[in-house]
Amino acid sequence: MDLHQKVLSRIWDVDGSHTLDVARANGHYQSLEKALKMQPAEITEEVTNSGLRGRGGAGFPAGRKWSFIPGPEKRGGKPVYLVCNADESEPGTYKDRFCMWNDPHMLIEGMIIAAYAIDCHVAYIYLRGEFRPVQARVDAAIEEAKAAGLLGKNILGSGFDLEIHTHLGAGAYICGEETALLSSLEGERGQPKLKPPFPAVEGAWRCPTIVNNVETLSAVPYIIEKGAAGYREFGTEQSPGTKLFSCSGHINNPGVYEVPLGITMKDMIEKVCGGLPEGRTLKAVIPGGSSVPVMTAEEAMNANMDYESIQEVGGSYLGSGGFIVMDDTTDMVAALTNLLRFYAHESCGQCTPCREGVGWMYRVLQRLCDGVCTESDLETLLDLANNIHSRTICFFGASAAMPVQSFLAKFRDEFMARIDEAATSLAAPLPVPEGVLDQGAP
Amino acid sequence: MATFPLPPTDQGHGDVSWTEAQSAEIEGMIARYPEKRAAVMPVLWLAQDHFGWLSLDVLRLVAKTLELPPSHVLSVATFYTMFKKQPTGTHLLQVCHTLSCDLAGAEGLITRIQNKLGIKVGETTADGKFTLQRVECLAACGSGPMMQVGTDYYELLKDDTAIDAVLDALASDNPPSLPRPEMDQWTYTRKS
Repeated sequence: MDLHQKVLSRIWDVDGSHTLDVARANGHYQSLEKALKMQPAEITEEVTNSGLRGRGGAGFPAGRKWSFIPGPEKRGGKPVYLVCNADESEPGTYKDRFCMWNDPHMLIEGMIIAAYAIDCHVAYIYLRGEFRPVQARVDAAIEEAKAAGLLGKNILGSGFDLEIHTHLGAGAYICGEETALLSSLEGERGQPKLKPPFPAVEGAWRCPTIVNNVETLSAVPYIIEKGAAGYREFGTEQSPGTKLFSCSGHINNPGVYEVPLGITMKDMIEKVCGGLPEGRTLKAVIPGGSSVPVMTAEEAMNANMDYESIQEVGGSYLGSGGFIVMDDTTDMVAALTNLLRFYAHESCGQCTPCREGVGWMYRVLQRLCDGVCTESDLETLLDLANNIHSRTICFFGASAAMPVQSFLAKFRDEFMARIDEAATSLAAPLPVPEGVLDQGAP
Repeated sequence: MATFPLPPTDQGHGDVSWTEAQSAEIEGMIARYPEKRAAVMPVLWLAQDHFGWLSLDVLRLVAKTLELPPSHVLSVATFYTMFKKQPTGTHLLQVCHTLSCDLAGAEGLITRIQNKLGIKVGETTADGKFTLQRVECLAACGSGPMMQVGTDYYELLKDDTAIDAVLDALASDNPPSLPRPEMDQWTYTRKS
C-alpha cells in the first residue's frame, strides 16, 4: 500500500493554497456545486456510507451524528447550528492548525456542505485562543468566499443561505470537549455538561447542534466528489479513508503526514517519520494524543494505524492522531509526571474526582520524581486513577486516568526502580518536598 | 485545576470607555450570536488588546457594555488562561513545556531564556520588556521546543543561536519581522 495518500493535504504545497483563486484552480467548490443539487438526506447518506469517523478523537461516525438532528417538525422552530471544533488542544496534536493554515477553503466548503445537509444557516468555527494568526487567515478566506457568492444569501443561486463566524477561545484544554466548547461559545466558563441530552438534540443555545472536528469537515468535499466508494478506496473496511497524523517526539522528521488508515505502525515510524535518531531504540508510543493509553515498542511493531488494530494490539486508541514517539532515553516516570501536570492544570474544576484526584495523582508522581516515595504510592496512584475514570461529567477524567493506568501497567519496573532507589537512599524520616504543596502547574 | 490571582484591587485603568470605532466593532460582535452574552469572549479579547490587561475597571466596562453582572465577566475572565488578570512585560514569552516539547528540549529553552534575561519563570525584566511564563501544549508539537510571544509562534528553538536571535530581535526597538509561523517553512521540507 502506498504510504502517502493526499486527500486533505492535496494542495498544501501549492503556493498561495490558502487563497480562493488557487483553491478554485485546484478544484475546490466543485463538490459544493454538486452537493447543492443533491437532497440533504442524500449527502448525509453518502457521508454515512463513506465510513468517515470523527477525527477529533472520539471516532464517532460523522454521518450518523448528522442523522441525529431532529426533523423540522420536531424542532419547534428552533434553528440548527453547526460548530467546527478547531480548539485542537490535545497534547501531541497539531494537524488542524495545518489544515486551516494551508487550505481554509477546503474546511469552508466542507462546512457549507455539512450545513446544507443538516439544514443549518449559521455556523461557527471555534479556534483555540493561541490560533489568532490562523483565525485571521480563516476570516480572510470566509470574506473571499462571501464576495464570490459561496457564502451568505442564496449560495450559488441555490436558495440556500449560510453565515460562518469564527470564535476565539482563550486558553482552556477542556474547550475541546464538545459540550464545554458550546458553553464557551455561549459566553460561559468552558465547563462540560451532562449527556444526554446530546448536542444534536440540545446543543448551542439549547438548539440542535452538530460539533465536528476540522479534519472531519475537511474530508466532506472529497466524499461528495468521489462518492463513498471513492473514499473507501483508502484505508481498511472498518477504518476507511486517510488520516492526518501529527508526529512528534524522538523521530528524525517530525511533521503532519496524511496516510491511508491501516498502514503498519512500523512503516509509520521508520518510513513516514524517518525513523529514530541514530543509535536509539524504540521504547514507547502514544498513538493518539496524550489521553490515550501508552503502547510498548513490541505492541507498536505489531499494530496498524487504524482504529481497530490500535485497540486490539495496544489496548489504546487512535484518538486525534497525535503520534508521540519515545526512545530508550526517555524517563517514563518523568514523562507521565509531565502529562499529569498538564491534566492537573487543565481540569475545569467541576467534578470532585477530577478536580481533586488529578492534582493528587500529579503530586504523588512528583514525589516519585523527587525520590521520596514508597511502594504504596503506586497503589494510591492506581486507586485514584480507577476512581476518576468514568466518574466524571465528561471524558477528561478518563483522559487523565488512562495514561496513569497504562504507564503503570506497561512500565512498572521503571516506577519500582524509583521506589527501590528511594528505599536505599532514605533512612531518615521523609522530608516534605517543596513541590507537594504547589497547586497544579507553576 | 489552574488557579490564578484575581485582578489587583489597588491597580487599574480608572474610568475607561470605548472609542466610537470600538463600539461599532462590538455591535458587530454581538450581531454574530443569538444572545448578547455570547459576545463576552470577543469583547474581552478586544479589551485586552486595547487596555493591555483586564483590570477590574476594564471588566466592569465589559459587563456594562454587554449588560451582564460584573461577577459573570470576572468568572469568565478568570477561567481562561490567556485573559491577563495582571499586567505583564511588553513581550510575554510563553514557553510550552508539555510532553512533546519536553522531549524536544523545552527545559533547555527555559534555562537559556532565564540566563540571558536574568529572570526566573514568572518574573518580568527590570526594563519591563519581557515576562517569562511556562504554559501547557500550544499545538506545535512537531516543532518544539517552541514559545508563543504575543500572538506569534517561534518554533524549533533548539540551540542558543536560534533562541538568542529571537530574543535580540524582540529586545531591539524595531524588531525585524522574523519568519513566522514556521509552518510555511518546515512542513514543506517534508514533502513526500
